[in-house]
Amino acid sequence: MSYAATHDQHDDHHGAPKGFFQRWCMSTNHKDIGTLYLIFSLTMLFIGGSFAMLIRAELFKPGMQLMQPYFFNEMTAMHALVMIFGAIMPAFVGLGNWMIPLMVGAPDMALPRMNNLSFWILPFAFLLLLSTLFLPGGGPAGGWTMYPPLSLQSGSLAYAVFAIHLMGISSIMGAINIIATILNMRAPGMDLMKMPVFVWSWLITAFLLIAVMPALAGAVTMLLTDKYFGTNFFNPGGGGDPVLYQHIFWFFGHPEVYIMILPAFGIISEIVPTFARKPIFGYKAMVFAIACIAFLSFIVWAHHMFAVGLPLGAEIFFMYATMLISVPTGVKVFNWVATMWGGSMTFETPMLFAIAFIILFTIGGFSGLMMALVPADFQYHDTYFIVAHFHYVLVTGALFAIIGAAYYWMPKWTGNMYSEFWGKVHFWNSVIWVNVLFFPQHFLGLAGMPRRIPDYNVAFANFNMISSIGGFLFGATQLIFVGVLIHCAFFSKKKATDRVWEGAKGLEWTIPSPAPHHTFEVPPVINDDELAHGHVND
Amino acid sequence: MGQQHDAYFVPAKSYWPFVAAVVMFTTVFGAAHWLNAEPGETGFGKSVLIIGVIGVLGMFFGWFRSVINESLAGNYNSQVDTSFRMGMMWFIFSEVMFFGAFFGALFYIRMFSVPWLGGHGHGVLTHEFLWSDYTAAWGANGGNGPEQAGGAFRTVPAWGLPLLNTVILLTSSVTVTIAHHALRAGHRGKILLFLGLTVLLGATFLYFQAHEYIEAYKELNLTLHSGVYGSTFFMLTGFHGMHVTLGTIMLAVIWLRVLKGHFNKDHHFGFEAVAWYWHFVDVVWLGLFMFVYIL
Amino acid sequence: MTSGGIRRSFTAAAALALASFGSVALAAPGPWQLNMERGASTWSPVPYHLNNVSLAVCTVIGVLVFGAMFIAMFRFRKSRGAVAEKWSHNTTVEVVWTTIPVLILITLAYLATGGLTTWADTTGSQMTVKVTGYQWKWRYDYVDYMGKSIDKVGFMSKLDTRSDQTRQLGSGMDPFAVKVGDENTYLLDVDKPLVVPVDTKIRFVITSGDVIHSWWVPATGWKIDAIPGIINAAWANFTTPGTYRGQCAELCGQDHAFMPIVVVVKSKADFAKWLAEQETPSAAPAPAPQTAQVAAPVAGKQG
Ligand code: HEA
Ligand code: HEA
Ligand code: CUA
Ligand SMILES: [Cu+2]
Repeated sequence: MSYAATHDQHDDHHGAPKGFFQRWCMSTNHKDIGTLYLIFSLTMLFIGGSFAMLIRAELFKPGMQLMQPYFFNEMTAMHALVMIFGAIMPAFVGLGNWMIPLMVGAPDMALPRMNNLSFWILPFAFLLLLSTLFLPGGGPAGGWTMYPPLSLQSGSLAYAVFAIHLMGISSIMGAINIIATILNMRAPGMDLMKMPVFVWSWLITAFLLIAVMPALAGAVTMLLTDKYFGTNFFNPGGGGDPVLYQHIFWFFGHPEVYIMILPAFGIISEIVPTFARKPIFGYKAMVFAIACIAFLSFIVWAHHMFAVGLPLGAEIFFMYATMLISVPTGVKVFNWVATMWGGSMTFETPMLFAIAFIILFTIGGFSGLMMALVPADFQYHDTYFIVAHFHYVLVTGALFAIIGAAYYWMPKWTGNMYSEFWGKVHFWNSVIWVNVLFFPQHFLGLAGMPRRIPDYNVAFANFNMISSIGGFLFGATQLIFVGVLIHCAFFSKKKATDRVWEGAKGLEWTIPSPAPHHTFEVPPVINDDELAHGHVND
Repeated sequence: MGQQHDAYFVPAKSYWPFVAAVVMFTTVFGAAHWLNAEPGETGFGKSVLIIGVIGVLGMFFGWFRSVINESLAGNYNSQVDTSFRMGMMWFIFSEVMFFGAFFGALFYIRMFSVPWLGGHGHGVLTHEFLWSDYTAAWGANGGNGPEQAGGAFRTVPAWGLPLLNTVILLTSSVTVTIAHHALRAGHRGKILLFLGLTVLLGATFLYFQAHEYIEAYKELNLTLHSGVYGSTFFMLTGFHGMHVTLGTIMLAVIWLRVLKGHFNKDHHFGFEAVAWYWHFVDVVWLGLFMFVYIL
Repeated sequence: MTSGGIRRSFTAAAALALASFGSVALAAPGPWQLNMERGASTWSPVPYHLNNVSLAVCTVIGVLVFGAMFIAMFRFRKSRGAVAEKWSHNTTVEVVWTTIPVLILITLAYLATGGLTTWADTTGSQMTVKVTGYQWKWRYDYVDYMGKSIDKVGFMSKLDTRSDQTRQLGSGMDPFAVKVGDENTYLLDVDKPLVVPVDTKIRFVITSGDVIHSWWVPATGWKIDAIPGIINAAWANFTTPGTYRGQCAELCGQDHAFMPIVVVVKSKADFAKWLAEQETPSAAPAPAPQTAQVAAPVAGKQG
């Protein structure tokens, strides 16, 4: 163990290395890689969002205005794939990269080089995926779920499949890294039960990722061989079954949706105590609830398949299991409210987004619970009611939490305060327009408008127009967000203190703002009152 | 957690990750372009694929060489070692889940889709209206579905080559363990001998597997197209075969590293990682032997 | 709230009343419709009531939870000099708000399970219709009626020409102008509807000729996937004669939006007459087409 060897490796010891390629493409620094992830995710949000704008534009009024149906289907599938694998997941990984080492007092991620690989796979994967739009075969147009036999008709299936393989590899390596960091890199005294809830949520999410990403890889591999190598997995004539694909896909797919919400739960559990100036209510219950949700997420997948003609017993089992998830989720919601109760609250932008999250995610959860009731789902299934449900949990859930996190930690990243005024403008526009955008979709679904259609009966005209207007304005609002980010990073005159927020607790607030290039190279000494959640012995 | 007083090793900036991303992209792009090429046309896909694969191999070589050098330079304290161990264990777990998908498919097909097509349980109407002359069965008579996809075929008897291969892999597991103990005890000669044996056993397994495939195609008309039976048979054994190949190569590399004296009794993660991997491959095979060959 | 907003919510409220009470048998979706329709079959009230009950339950819970939160946000704000308390734990309330949801869920599960079991039971049906989905149209074959089998009645059913012309990109035609009587039927009308008798337990056996489709007429209260190589069964017993419209509900390619479903429910007598006409040789059934494209128009013309 020669110190020398350890040292000369650290030629970039103080401050970042010079040179663009050197710093960004060869990085082994969790902060730089985190930044890369976040920038990538924002880019993808805009690409996926532009697709969504096209969707909303075509649906603005009945009749085909702008595009051929096939292109519309490409937009639908791509919008979802880009948003899920390009915007939401990388955003969480980016936040994890930046904050987890700071929160547990680690010098960096456990496997820094692999960390860089996990990131750099992504741009190439999406290059591959998006390129299909310009190929003769056309892009995937069978929805993001890619059900066979339809997906087997897609000309350039191989590109999509390999792109998904790459994304899977990236996520798995990222997850392994996060687990190793949390389990092996914590500063002495940072026991598991003293970790911030955000770290806990990521530990469990990482486990989910490693468990289900390979299943997705397997499913799409079978698509690949069925199309190009003449296997019969999904062909009844050869003894297979198209429904088999759906089982494997949703065995991945349902945990996937929790992969997109658990870190959000973590973020909310950081923001709320800070601005309520009161430790999180029921820390242990919060951690336990996340674990419960993760466990249950493995035994509910067929609630996406109530209409494929499952045996009665299966329908009943999956209905009950699905309903159960409401209980731990409820515990979380209640605990957030209880954290605010008796606090001393202020309402800076991160808190506003957190509060919006609690209300709107819960609404999304409610519609989810309604869909869990099989007979009702026979009507809801594949209508805009579903679309409304998952945008409430994904946009006002996952995305709002990410935006909130950005406002919450940005001062620590950049060393500057963002403009509170413009932050609030961004918030109020987002929260109003997102509801104009997605709430009417509940009505459309109940009235019987199927999803994944480019044109509809005139009875659906009114609400679609309202929804589209909301969509355009919500989209435009996100330009404000970019403005705030750029201003904060480069132009803001207002320097951030180390603590940044009066009520902020946890290791990440004990280091200077902006966070130096290398932190905690000597493990910090943990002082329990500094911990995000106070003494959690009770 | 991090009790050591020497700093955790954070490697300097490295170009290998970026290179890795590029070559992986090249590989899959080539593969995709190749698969999508029209029957007649000869795209550039194939050549790109080959370049990509070569690139990947080169990348692994370069990356691991730098890792080995760091390891020899003594940069890796026990905490770094733990990170590596966790990394390897969770990687193997992800592999387990990957095979899980295919075993899951196998079970679903054998327990549900085939019986249902044959009119059992939930499948009464499916059978009555669509496949009324199909009697559900696995293996040679029915395993390729109502349309007899791929034509009549015969299955590989479990008690021939497969049994032999089982014995081979089990022994190889033993030999690798002996080598491990030898390593702990520090008998280099013994390590080299038993590790070498393990490599040879792996190679023989692959030889027999290849033989079995050829026979399946030539004599038994059991092909990838033989309905779901063929699909599951070749996908499962095929993916397992790839893993054995990989494992054998890794074992060979470790053998060389032992020869070069890279390991000592309390610092040999590389060896253990590969040993774990080998045991994993072994366990998967037992599953295969059970559910693909015997039952 | 803007005056426009007020007016909108007014219309909305009115429509809600309409949708939830006036919906004896909504034949097709209406403008501003806010809620699920009750449907027109013996089973269709099940999802309708489940929907209303669960919605009500969720609304109540929502009001309580959000209410509590807003009170907290008002009472415990720093600007009002609130000082943060130190507690972060309380076992009793935690137990309470874990058990109450469980009880609520048990009730909902009970209701749902009952409805589901009746739905799953296709026994004792007096008629069987085979439904086959194709890209992008439906085929109906009458299998048996009142115990005796029917072999010559079967036909294709695809989007009506008027809608089809209107929906072409840049057709310049007005979707609002596509009507049957005073009903807007844009994309919800077909050349040859499925005809069935009222007050009859009809078993639908559903499959597909190419990719997965989903046969959905909201008036029946259910939808079920049409899967190639697999038969799914479901039943409906219509309570009132009329014309009921639905659509394919599983993405099946470029024209997924353009393969509607129309079911005409006739009195038993009228249905018998219609069936007799169909069985006369003049209307020999069109063979099921090999690929989705061929033979469809032919099938469309007859009858
Ligand atoms: C972040 C993502 C996310 C999250 C968190 C959820 C959460 C839930 N989802 Fe959702 N879901 C999706 C993303 C998500 N979903 C997506 C993307 C799809 C569509 C996929 C596709 O087809 O493309 C989908 C589809 C989907 C379906 C399939 C519908 C269909 O296609 O027919 C169902 C059915 O059961 C369902 C149910 C649920 C349930 C019960 C929850 C529960 O976890 C919700 C629990 C939360 C609450 C209930 C609110 C808070 C609780 C309380 C306040 C306690 C008290 C409340 C009660 C006792 C009622 N979801
Ligand atoms: C994962 C997260 C996620 C996110 C964040 C979003 C965000 C949005 N989604 Fe998405 N959506 C899905 C996941 C997501 N969606 C999934 C999984 C599906 C199912 C797909 C399937 O059926 O297979 C789906 C499907 C889906 C549909 C149904 C399509 C169909 O069934 O045919 C619609 C329709 O309205 C829609 C709309 C939107 C809109 C308007 C947004 C907005 O929130 C987007 C806002 C963001 C921007 C607009 C980008 C930023 C701004 C600009 C680009 C500037 C330019 C714009 C203007 C100036 C106006 N989405
Ligand atoms: Cu047929 Cu959608
Ligand atoms: Cu789900």
